[in-house]
Amino acid sequence: MRAILGLTMLLAGTAMAAPVGAAPVTLLNVSYDPTRELYKDIDAAFAKDWQAKTGDVVTINQSHGGSGKQARSVIDGLEADVVTLALAYDIDEIAERAKLLPAAWQKRLPNNSTPYYSTIVFLVRKGNPKGIHDWNDLVKPGIAVITPNPKSSGGARWNYLAAWGYATKTLGAAKAKDFVTKLYHNVPVLDSGARGSTTTFVERGQGDVLLAWENEAYLATHEAGGDKFEIITPSVSVLAEPPVAVVDKNAAKHGTAKVAEAYLRYLYTPAAQEIIAKDFYRPRDPAVAAKYAAAFKPVQMFTIDRNFGGWTKTQAVHFADGGVFDQIFEAAKR
Amino acid sequence: MKGSVSEPAWVRWALIGVALAFLVLNLALPLAAVFAGAFAKGVAAFRTAVDEKDALAAMRLTLLVAGIAVPLNIVFGLAASWAITKFDFRYKSVLISLIDLPLSVSPVVSGLIYVLLFGLQGWLGPWLRAHDIQIVFAVPGIVLATVFVTFPFVARELIPLMQEQGRTDEEAARSLGASGLQTFWHVTLPNIRWGLLYGVLLCNARAMGEFGAVSVVSGHIRGLTNTLPLHIEILYNEYNYVAAFAVASLLAGLALVTLVAKSVLEWRFRDQLAGTGH
Repeated sequence: MRAILGLTMLLAGTAMAAPVGAAPVTLLNVSYDPTRELYKDIDAAFAKDWQAKTGDVVTINQSHGGSGKQARSVIDGLEADVVTLALAYDIDEIAERAKLLPAAWQKRLPNNSTPYYSTIVFLVRKGNPKGIHDWNDLVKPGIAVITPNPKSSGGARWNYLAAWGYATKTLGAAKAKDFVTKLYHNVPVLDSGARGSTTTFVERGQGDVLLAWENEAYLATHEAGGDKFEIITPSVSVLAEPPVAVVDKNAAKHGTAKVAEAYLRYLYTPAAQEIIAKDFYRPRDPAVAAKYAAAFKPVQMFTIDRNFGGWTKTQAVHFADGGVFDQIFEAAKR
Repeated sequence: MKGSVSEPAWVRWALIGVALAFLVLNLALPLAAVFAGAFAKGVAAFRTAVDEKDALAAMRLTLLVAGIAVPLNIVFGLAASWAITKFDFRYKSVLISLIDLPLSVSPVVSGLIYVLLFGLQGWLGPWLRAHDIQIVFAVPGIVLATVFVTFPFVARELIPLMQEQGRTDEEAARSLGASGLQTFWHVTLPNIRWGLLYGVLLCNARAMGEFGAVSVVSGHIRGLTNTLPLHIEILYNEYNYVAAFAVASLLAGLALVTLVAKSVLEWRFRDQLAGTGH
């Protein structure tokens, strides 16, 4: 594969001249949609750090898309050295279906292999004209909610579960399905990825409220110039933990196991945690978290493991074919 | 003049008006919007967007893919239309339907068949991985998918033309002692060259612009497996609208260059064009 890729790079003319004496290494990081800006910064910082430590030049190639779709590509042979996806289930799938990494991958790095976390917030138009403050405002008639399709998007699954968690907490478990059905009744368009939904809301001006990753909401506000949108933090939301993992068999094949591991460990360093916080993800490092505390409102968060019984169960109950989401989607169309 | 067009004037003008309005709405305006978007922040921003490592890589990949797919399809298209129109054999209609297959199949399916064949979980995947050959999510897969979707363009252009021209010229050449290759080179090829050129242009345009099939097999690795259309989508999704439109205008520019090349050739060889078939 390296030979083919090498030839390809030569053909494409992108082969870069490496300084004499340094061994050039290439890593492929297959990631989900909203992390484009984050990893652009991280990759540059890590390359510098790695070269300072080992003298080796490392180039990190990036691929981004809906988390589920990206996992599918890795299963089908996209030779990722590391995956940095939106939720643990997608990496579980790679471990189970393609056996490219051990099933217990999530135990290998600190904090459940999640160097940063986030939550789900609302993005509304300036002045909050529809008066949206919490989840119960989303099911009111005449509110258009923008959220991607949970079948293909990791972010969308967090959105869905956040709404479900709110309903369980405030209305009781029996009413949750009815609440979420009403919410999806208010969704005019389901994009395949989180970034597609953001574009629908921000650029095409559709909808009254966008359910989004906190980082994605901040980024959209920032890109739009800061005075077009407002971020609303609901009373309760979900602890969204996007995990990272080395894809052992691919890394072994490429001879990149060591640098791939170092790359993921680098994410936990104070330098990387700073970048993470600046890109609006919630950092794990207590010192960095304290420094950026003003940017991240405290919000009560429930977790997938505690409140939903883990990803495998959640996926089977809610997002499998014929599962609760399919039933809700069918009912919501009427 | 009057006899040939018997409809009243208002019908003629209405038809011309509808055609023009349609052209402006569906072709001229979007094209203008692309170029306006590309230069929205001035020439300097355009230049930065186009002269960027990943954009240049995407450009090179697109040209490479078209450079492989188009010649392959010329050879295939010539062979197929030659076989279909100059020889009689059973199941000819089956062959013609097969050639049309890529036109009737959704491009997403065209991409997926290669993932199912060459993907890690596919029929040949484990063998390919054991032998260190990467097809899908790499350049070979992109070339294969592009060849598949552009498959019919040359053949579809040539078959009706060659059918209409019949076999008499070739039969005369053969009876005068020309070899098969000589017949093809001196008799058939001059007869069909304009059809062939048109087929090549269509094939090239589609090869450069294909999105769906290529998107499925690309893997979307920046600077490595993104063709121009995929790169445009990425830029757009990164809030980088000027760059997206700048690269889109490059793609539109490539299409315009092909069209101009065709017009120039037609103008340059208009005498032969008028005498096609002699």
